[in-house]
Amino acid sequence: MEKLTNRSVSVDRSPMTLGEKAYLPAILKGLTITVGHIFKKKATVKYPEQKRPFSPVFRGLHILNRDEEGRERCTACGLCALACPAEAITMEAAERKPGEEHLYREEKYAAKYEINMLRCIFCGYCEEACPKDAVYLSETLMPTHYKRETMVYKKDDLLIPHPKKHESDK
Amino acid sequence: MLLLEIDIAFLIEKLILASVILLGSLGVAMYATWGERKVAAVMQDRVGPNRAGPLGLLQPLADGGKLFFKEEIIPDSSTKFLFILGPGLAMLTACMTSAVIPWGPDYITESGHAVSLQVADINIGILFIFGVVSLGVYGVMLGGWASNNKFSLLSSIRAAAQSVSYELAMGISLVALLMMTGSLSMREIVGQQHGFWADGYFTWNFFKQPLGFLIFLVCSFAELNRAPFDMAECESELNMGYHQEYSSMKLGFYLFAEYINMFITSAVIATLYFGGYNFPFMDAVAEAVNPLLYTIICVLVLLTKVICIILFFMFVRWTLPRFRYDQLMRLGWRSLIPLALINMLITGAVILWALN
Repeated sequence: MEKLTNRSVSVDRSPMTLGEKAYLPAILKGLTITVGHIFKKKATVKYPEQKRPFSPVFRGLHILNRDEEGRERCTACGLCALACPAEAITMEAAERKPGEEHLYREEKYAAKYEINMLRCIFCGYCEEACPKDAVYLSETLMPTHYKRETMVYKKDDLLIPHPKKHESDK
Repeated sequence: MLLLEIDIAFLIEKLILASVILLGSLGVAMYATWGERKVAAVMQDRVGPNRAGPLGLLQPLADGGKLFFKEEIIPDSSTKFLFILGPGLAMLTACMTSAVIPWGPDYITESGHAVSLQVADINIGILFIFGVVSLGVYGVMLGGWASNNKFSLLSSIRAAAQSVSYELAMGISLVALLMMTGSLSMREIVGQQHGFWADGYFTWNFFKQPLGFLIFLVCSFAELNRAPFDMAECESELNMGYHQEYSSMKLGFYLFAEYINMFITSAVIATLYFGGYNFPFMDAVAEAVNPLLYTIICVLVLLTKVICIILFFMFVRWTLPRFRYDQLMRLGWRSLIPLALINMLITGAVILWALN
């Protein structure tokens, strides 16, 4: 029969020779291979002690950014919530009162900003949608929780630490 | 009333020796489980257990503790007495074999009293080992049968058939050895392998009986129910094997008994074929150091040999795929037994020729 592909290999079905039937040469050959593995490099990464760097495009837990003076960047425009394919983001906008300029950068801010981490698929569309560079996906792995409620991350969970306050704490 | 004159010191000496050997073999078996996992890991380019203690050295303790605290389930439909007897018997027979192995030369104290490092120097040492090892199959058979589970029963039938078939070849290969040594006592067999080189040839039986050794080694793999002959535990066909219904420490006993058996079998192989505690230039060493140190060196030499053989067992386990049942039987009955018979004939012929 004509060969259909050039990759077919005919199987050798000739009866075993005495040397092959004795098994021992083959066993010794196999042993040299396995014993050789003693000197090979281990593939294991001992995880908690030894961490591999994330890829540059890794998408982890969300953070809400602040500007250089520690003001919240988010202006509650809702573009992230709109872009979110999993509908994980909820927010409520509020108007900035006089005297709150050191807290919020724009006149409008997010009074409530929640990401439901059970819904989130970590696609990063919110990050791409944000016009104010407010929401970012960090290099933190998603932790586990015991309760459903704690999986909904509030503003407190998401906001990065205040740069000035942090310094004054020291 | 001569029989009643029991030497108390002798009794205590033997008691201490027996408990040390028992505890020692338990310890070695414990760390054999750790070693097995480490060897498996190394062969597969992994790290192996490394969380419990440095290098995972406390892992066997953790495993043992876990097994003790697991729920103990005895199936309703099982034969309860035999179900409990099974693992006990497996463990008992595994521990009993160590009694006739000479772990070192006699230590002669300054008062001239000789302390034998062998629990019992019975003149049929090898027969005793064979008898006890054959009894060990009962542990597996009872366990499998009492579980009242088809897979367990199938597995125990396999194990029994395999052990019986391979014991034959093992026995015949040993007959050839016994024709040479002329004694069944382990102590004498070791004594004959004194040193390493004498009268222009090696003294160790391995060099005198290479074919016999090979047959014995292959058969001991089968006797131990170890890969590549672990028919009794082949997961893909039998779920788990004869200990499928077992839980908690009863399962632990079965698994542990296997490792003790491995240790003892390695000791027997080392004693019969690799000169036991003998090592090259031992006479020179004996003169140079004090008797106690010399005895300790001898014991360590034997242990090193044993550990090397255990490692070999492990390497083979992680190298070879499992034999199919019919292949196993064909190898046993149609290759090993004829080979052992031929080996026996050759040995007999050589002995006759040497005598004349």
